[in-house]
Amino acid sequence: MNDGVVNDVANAITLAHREEWARVVATVAKRFGDLDIAEDAASDAFAVAVERWPADGVPPNPGGWLTTTANRKAIDLIRRENNRDRKHKEAVMIIDNEPAPPVGVIDDDRLRLIFACCHPALAMESRVALTLRMVGGLTVDEIARALFVQESAMARRITRAKTKIKQARIPFRVPSADDLPERLYGVLAVLFLVFNEGYLATGRDAAPVRDDLTAEGIRLTRLIRDLMPEDGEVAGLLAMMLLIDARRPARLSASGELVTIDEQNRGAWDRALIAEGHALVRERLRANTPPGRYQILAAINAVHTSAPDFRDTDWSQVVALYDQLIQLDPSPIVALNRAVAVAELDGPDVALAAVDRLGGALNDYHAFHATRADLLRRLRRTTEAREAYDRAIELAGNAAETASLIRRRDRL
Amino acid sequence: MQYLISVIDDGQAQAAGRIDSATADEAAAIDVFNEQMQTDGHWVFAGGLGDPSAATVIDNRGDEPIISDGPYIESKEFLAGFWIIEAADLDVALRLAREASRACNRKVEVRPVLQEEA
Repeated sequence: MNDGVVNDVANAITLAHREEWARVVATVAKRFGDLDIAEDAASDAFAVAVERWPADGVPPNPGGWLTTTANRKAIDLIRRENNRDRKHKEAVMIIDNEPAPPVGVIDDDRLRLIFACCHPALAMESRVALTLRMVGGLTVDEIARALFVQESAMARRITRAKTKIKQARIPFRVPSADDLPERLYGVLAVLFLVFNEGYLATGRDAAPVRDDLTAEGIRLTRLIRDLMPEDGEVAGLLAMMLLIDARRPARLSASGELVTIDEQNRGAWDRALIAEGHALVRERLRANTPPGRYQILAAINAVHTSAPDFRDTDWSQVVALYDQLIQLDPSPIVALNRAVAVAELDGPDVALAAVDRLGGALNDYHAFHATRADLLRRLRRTTEAREAYDRAIELAGNAAETASLIRRRDRL
Repeated sequence: MQYLISVIDDGQAQAAGRIDSATADEAAAIDVFNEQMQTDGHWVFAGGLGDPSAATVIDNRGDEPIISDGPYIESKEFLAGFWIIEAADLDVALRLAREASRACNRKVEVRPVLQEEA
């Protein structure tokens, strides 16, 4: 066998893992009602593929082959369990075979899997870990490294979550129409968290931008988009991720400092991602339905990525979009971001007054102090600006961001 | 599948100046909720509990039973009552628990009752 064939097989396995893992886990989970067994059976099936495909060739339908193999492995696993413990009970995970309720939702086992992994009865950190494992197909070790948790602790977290799903009977189903918007919002929050942790990693010792996590966030959001093509918020989240990710090549300077959007080299932005993101935003505008939070955030990012230069940004539109967002989400963080845009539209003094009103709520948030510092610098209130930079540097968790803040402070 | 809904008092009884937990309004809301649960087939059993100071702890694992006065754990929060409900899955149980919390004016905890091994 020549190297080319070996490489082809290796590529086929990598591709199958990326494309088929979630489907294999979901199909087995639905049939046997047990996530543990589904996870182990899927792992086993891929291990068999690694062993057999180089010799036997890649099957014509890799997904079907993997699912069949995983089903067989699941039966083996259950037999072994039964032999070990005669009192082994039938799996208890509940499966609802009602067709998916609302328009625009494809009844797909992967969707059931995602909703189970992102169930609100699980802690947010468990939802993230379980989604990356069960839907994303990352190994426990990869997830542990990505989220800066010890591997043994991560394994325990995932096991605990699976146990809760089984013991408390978290259902394997697409939520009813009444619950769907809220539950979907919970899923999107998990995916945004995955993406965001990649885009601005929080560990001081972490690589400042984690391509693996941003890519995973986008991939999983694309999957939901395929399954729920009519949903505006899904489209909005995907568009926002694409438009943020498009700027990644310009986000770090040669010396590893975070470069803020006003100083980024726009020529380095990824035009293909921007085009895709803009197309999604236009699609949502045509739909002419009231936008949710992610659609508004996508639109804000579309305005930024439409401007050939920072000075060309349509700030009145950005502020108007933030006004719309505040109606949906009157949080101080949204108000802070709005103030950043107000500084460009109405001047730093107006923005500073708005920012200072948020001090009570955001006093421990580094971006609050960084924003204040930049505004104070522009107003030539140097002593206060320095104090604010100091506080921001103290609170910032990302190494590249800290470097950027130090440079801005030392330039005062 | 059965779930235990525990009612957690974190100051409501004290605020109402009562030793036993529920006020008349709360008791009326609980009655309405209970009736609905019975109609819908979720009802198994429920009860309100006396004040924790009325508790007695017994430990008979040694040679002699040891009897002590008061609750096994001293805390500001205490178990004020409970429901045992029948629900198909956690989504159904959580929906009922939301109504239960509203009716009794307290936070509640939902836990699955372990099923008997076949």
